[in-house]
Amino acid sequence: MFDYNFHWRPVLKNIPDLLEAAAVTLQVAVISMVIGILIGLVLALTRMHLSGPARWIASTWVEVARNTPALFQLFFFGFGLGAMGVHLSPYVIVVSALSFNCAGYLAENFRGGFQAIPTTQFRAARSLGMTVWQSYTRIIIPQVFRIVYHPITNQMVWAVLMSSLGMLVGFRELSGETQALASRTYRIFEYFAVTAVIYYAVVKIILAGSRLLAMRLFRY
Amino acid sequence: MIEIRGLEKFFGNLQVLKGVDLDVRKGEVLSIIGASGSGKSTLLYCINGLEPIQKGSIKVDGTDVHAKSTNINHLRQKMGMVFQQWNSFPHLTALENVALAPKIVKGMSKAQARDIAAKQLEHVGLGDKLDAYPSALSGGQQQRLAIARALAMEPTYMLFDEATSALDPELVGEVLDAMRLLAQEGMTMICVTHEMGFARDVSDRVAFVHEGIIEEIDTPTEIFGAPKSDLLKKFLSNIR
Ligand SMILES: Nc1ncnc2c1ncn2[C@@H]1O[C@H](COP(=O)(O)OP(=O)(O)O)[C@@H](O)[C@H]1O
Ligand SMILES: [Mg+2]
Repeated sequence: MFDYNFHWRPVLKNIPDLLEAAAVTLQVAVISMVIGILIGLVLALTRMHLSGPARWIASTWVEVARNTPALFQLFFFGFGLGAMGVHLSPYVIVVSALSFNCAGYLAENFRGGFQAIPTTQFRAARSLGMTVWQSYTRIIIPQVFRIVYHPITNQMVWAVLMSSLGMLVGFRELSGETQALASRTYRIFEYFAVTAVIYYAVVKIILAGSRLLAMRLFRY
Repeated sequence: MIEIRGLEKFFGNLQVLKGVDLDVRKGEVLSIIGASGSGKSTLLYCINGLEPIQKGSIKVDGTDVHAKSTNINHLRQKMGMVFQQWNSFPHLTALENVALAPKIVKGMSKAQARDIAAKQLEHVGLGDKLDAYPSALSGGQQQRLAIARALAMEPTYMLFDEATSALDPELVGEVLDAMRLLAQEGMTMICVTHEMGFARDVSDRVAFVHEGIIEEIDTPTEIFGAPKSDLLKKFLSNIR
């Protein structure tokens, strides 16, 4: 009834390769998150305080990022730009698509965060002689950061998982590497089972790290 | 010295200040009283440059608050402000709340800023709360923290906008005491207040504001003992 023979040895032998690829996955996710957070902040502030074309661009960005499949966003940076003559390396394609997506999602979270801070906090900061920049970086954004801390953590997990789409544009992150190794040995199931465990472990480590960091950061 | 001439302020079409003239001398304590919505808070915000003005001028020690050439962040260091909502920065300890502006606005060293912050917190009776976060402080303590935070910039003037209005009655006294102490030490103060006892005991002058103009301004003895305008008489009889 079930005559598939499991062969784990080839997979286990290649675990170092898989872990190396997992490190690439993590790196891509972290870089995309950093870019996504910075752009997300700018998008949120733009939507809140500016009008005209800047606001339109920011709104469109958020709408597209949140309401179209992540896969299509990836294909846009890969095949879409390729068709227009802009050829990016798989690494850049994946980082761009992930950053684009994270920025759009985080922008909405940031906007909610900013709206939750009473405007009197800003006035109090200005009344002490702080510049607009100082008021934001020292008073407003640290408080917003606490509000969006959990959404950021979730987005980080999502970035790790979504980076697996990278294999569709030929990027050798964890999934791409797994696919390449698996097709050489035909142990498809075993490879992806082990890789799933690695993803699971990476996500758990991120969540645990996030909890530890939160305890250090938010003592108030 | 603060000199206000012909000040007019609009929010859209709504005229909130309708020609205010006012001088506040160094060392003076001026209380501003008046009904809710008469423009008292707005007047303080204009003095501090937190609200733009449409007509007239405000000078602080000869510097025009609203002139384009004025470095408002620099000028604001002369004017401490305490708000109705106490506005502690919740992510910073009491000490950090007070030390932040001296450090990043005045450029003091960490140690210097810490020393001055500890001194000011001591001064308002929070010497044992240096490392407490605002969430662990009562409303009265948070308002005293706000006073210490403003004082740490060593301002020439202190502006109070109903500093006790949002407090539970039993916490009002400790904040008024801190303000009294400040007045005794010779601080120049403009206090928007509903505390008539405070206005009477502490002020050199009291200004009664009605619908965007200063209806009457005089010594507390005159304002409370022999009010001239009918509006003021009515206002005082309503609150007694
Ligand atoms: N930011 C604002 N936008 C529009 N109207 C305002 C604003 N702030 C105050 N006002 C209006 O200006 C008037 C005076 O307000 P305010 O200065 O707060 O009065 P007071 O402090 O004497 O109670 C009120 O009618 C109030 O509704
Ligand atoms: Mg008011």
